[in-house]
Amino acid sequence: METVLFYIFAALAVIGAMAVVSNTNPVTGVVSLVLTLFSTAVLFVLLIAHFIAVIQVLIYAGAILVLFLFTVMFLNLRPEGLVFDVGRFYEKLGVLIILMVVTGAFSMELFSNSIGSANGGTQLPEEFGTVEGVSRLLFTQYLLPFELTSILIIVAILGVVAIAKRRV
Amino acid sequence: MNVDVTHYLVLGAVLFVIGGYGVIARKNIIIVLLSLELMLNAVNLTFVTFSRMHGDMIGHVFMIMALTVAAAEVAVGLALIVAIYAHRETVDIDVLKMLKG
Repeated sequence: METVLFYIFAALAVIGAMAVVSNTNPVTGVVSLVLTLFSTAVLFVLLIAHFIAVIQVLIYAGAILVLFLFTVMFLNLRPEGLVFDVGRFYEKLGVLIILMVVTGAFSMELFSNSIGSANGGTQLPEEFGTVEGVSRLLFTQYLLPFELTSILIIVAILGVVAIAKRRV
Repeated sequence: MNVDVTHYLVLGAVLFVIGGYGVIARKNIIIVLLSLELMLNAVNLTFVTFSRMHGDMIGHVFMIMALTVAAAEVAVGLALIVAIYAHRETVDIDVLKMLKG
């Protein structure tokens, strides 16, 4: 059962990813990325990371991609203005071949010396992947990085406001 | 039924490389940002996979931090795109290689 689910959603994720990089229309790209992110959320559930899966759907698919869609609508790009992105076949083919060779080598390396099962072996703690378990780590051992992230967000907000304001 | 941890890692590598192709080969700056999100997502998958493998939740914590950084990066990037578009009326990164505004 788990194997079947893994292969279905892995295939969906790869299809969505390919649609993202091959579409001319940014709106289609954003919607394809939603497909990939949802499939990855299902894989997170398979990896017993339930809290992470919820966060993925809420923040990535819910907030970040809506921001993308909003910007694409705001720019009001017309299809005839996007023709610069088609063509240049050999350049793209070259990049693709190089990247495929790199991934192939990496995958061969991984498959030839198997690291271990994702599900057997290690004994999981009781609260693995729950809100309680993750937040206990986040608010004790990793409190300083957590607070630094909030500073990063404040800086980002200020920067965005400064950039957007100069325009008006 | 157990899925080997290698499968998750190879899936992460494939998604990362597809995203890398988008960043290198595409000329639409919005698609480039989308592909960047794809790459970050692949890395998050790898974090969670290793977390599961070692039975340790540190990977989950760092996935949340990577998510936050991605959100901040997208906000700033999209604001820059909007500002550039107001000036230049294009999203082609071959046109947008000037260093002054």
